[in-house]
Amino acid sequence: MTQDPETYSALGEVGAFQERRTLWTRIKLDLKKSPMTARFGMSVILIYAIVAIFAPLLAPYGEAEVFPVPYAPWSSEFIFGTDQIGRDIFSRMIYGARNTVGIAVATTLLAFLIGGGLGLAAAINRSWLDQFLSRTVDVLMAIPSLIFALVLLSVFGSTVINLIIIIAVLDSTRVFRLTRAVAINVVVMDYVEAARLRGEGIGWIMRREILPNIMPPLVAEFGLRFCFVFLAIAALSFLGVGIQPPTADWGSMVRENASLIQFAQYDLKAGLTPLLPASAIALLTVAVNFVVDWFLHKTSGIRDE
Amino acid sequence: MHAVFRTVLERLGLGLATLFIVSIIIFSAIEMLPGDFGEAVLGQAATKETVAAFRRELGLDEPAYMRYAQWIGNVVQGDLGTSFSGRNASGIDRSRPVVDLIAPRLWNTLFLASMTAIIAVPIALALGITSALYRNSIYDRTVNTATLTTISFPEFFVAYILILLLASLWPVFPSLANVDAATPLAERMFKAALPAMTLTLVIVAHMMRMTRAAIINLLASPYIQMARLSGASQTEVIIKHALPNAWAPIATVITFNLAYLVVGVVVVEVVFVYPGVGQLMVDAVTSRDIPVVQGCALIFAMTYILLNLTADIIGIITNPRLLHPK
Repeated sequence: MTQDPETYSALGEVGAFQERRTLWTRIKLDLKKSPMTARFGMSVILIYAIVAIFAPLLAPYGEAEVFPVPYAPWSSEFIFGTDQIGRDIFSRMIYGARNTVGIAVATTLLAFLIGGGLGLAAAINRSWLDQFLSRTVDVLMAIPSLIFALVLLSVFGSTVINLIIIIAVLDSTRVFRLTRAVAINVVVMDYVEAARLRGEGIGWIMRREILPNIMPPLVAEFGLRFCFVFLAIAALSFLGVGIQPPTADWGSMVRENASLIQFAQYDLKAGLTPLLPASAIALLTVAVNFVVDWFLHKTSGIRDE
Repeated sequence: MHAVFRTVLERLGLGLATLFIVSIIIFSAIEMLPGDFGEAVLGQAATKETVAAFRRELGLDEPAYMRYAQWIGNVVQGDLGTSFSGRNASGIDRSRPVVDLIAPRLWNTLFLASMTAIIAVPIALALGITSALYRNSIYDRTVNTATLTTISFPEFFVAYILILLLASLWPVFPSLANVDAATPLAERMFKAALPAMTLTLVIVAHMMRMTRAAIINLLASPYIQMARLSGASQTEVIIKHALPNAWAPIATVITFNLAYLVVGVVVVEVVFVYPGVGQLMVDAVTSRDIPVVQGCALIFAMTYILLNLTADIIGIITNPRLLHPK
């Protein structure tokens, strides 16, 4: 078929192509090809999100509501029983989705804001700023982050805000390294040089020229970072220095009910109770890992890892 | 050997510099405390004089660099300061030196860590190398999915599953690892079995995945392909060509995970009430006993930095390119 030069329009063709494959259809096509593990992961994440958003509607009782029956067994009244001071465990699990996951998401976002922003700045401005930031990050990474977090929490005290800031700053070091490493390859491209010559500011170059081109590794890193942050916060709360009661949180719930595990021989359900919040943490981490695995596979074409 | 020697010295210097900066950071923990922490430590009833005496004891009336010099001088001589706990408003001082608190526990922690390492390292290396050699087989995929799942589990989840199965439902091992200095070795190992098992499960997953990635990466390099094409057998390729270059990544993997063990040990010690440094540190953080936190942090950070330094140095001295300079 030959094109009539009078009616052909390149813009029209591009437009038609875009119309055929909008973002939504592309997503649908990708989802259709996704493996079982990724589908499982995405449905788990979706369910967690729904539970977190609608927690007050779903939970039968309030998160700090105390009933006069501590350590009640599983029943129709208290689905997973009550904890050591008589709070409904099922309700606290539901609120925990909101608190624990919410705090982890906020921390990851902050870590990306700090680490990503500084990483981009260091990649663009390869002078003393880059040297200074890179060496600082080297030192920060020389201390295990859990130990560092413990030191800082002992100094500043365990409040939610402190927890978010401390974990975010410590984790932003890894985001910084990744962002800087991938951005350095993009900064030397001609179109970035062109934007510079055009007189664009550093903010424009960061946001409009470099960021769109380094998105895939950053998105995958966001998933992995979320897992690390989530596990770190759960571990700190489990140790009793993270999220403080009465806020319902999965890490501290495990610790509070841990003694029940000794009764597993007599009542298996009671023995399983402390494992419920722990498995809620594990399930979400597994789900995110599965989705990230698939995403990395899809965007980079790496065969393994 | 000249090039190797110089690089090793460079790395040692860098390691020392890192240790120095880290010690400054840990030292400044006491600097960042809010102004009224003297009252907080000594209690509401503390008089102005006791608070002032306490501040003088900490040397808060001297400039920071002087105190740092004194602190680091003491640390080098094995004096980590005095714990905040045991002090009270009346000025009677029942506090104990931090070293006395840490020393017996450090031995326990080292025992647990080395027991785990002895079990975990051979298993992880065997799994990693075999799954890299038989990659994409059913064996490889099973091991991979299993390790990806264990990586996602928090340490305390693994720990409580083991307690549920092996201490509660089917009581083989004790769920509390209460050892002391007098416990004989066999009983000590028996009591530390569950903590060591938990740590093993957690680090084997990491170590196996890293070993596998390192070996796959290595086997994909052009010189290995060249060796294969020139007719070398599989064993010859692995032992003569791959292994010399594999020492560095394998050493990195092992030490990296031993360093990870340093951190993982904190949570596991708390779960099993194992009297180690990690548990001491968590208790000190809860009671905001800064000298103890500093002492523990310094020990953890030092171990971590030294292990990473060892990995780097092994990488340098086994590097064939540096061993035979042009």
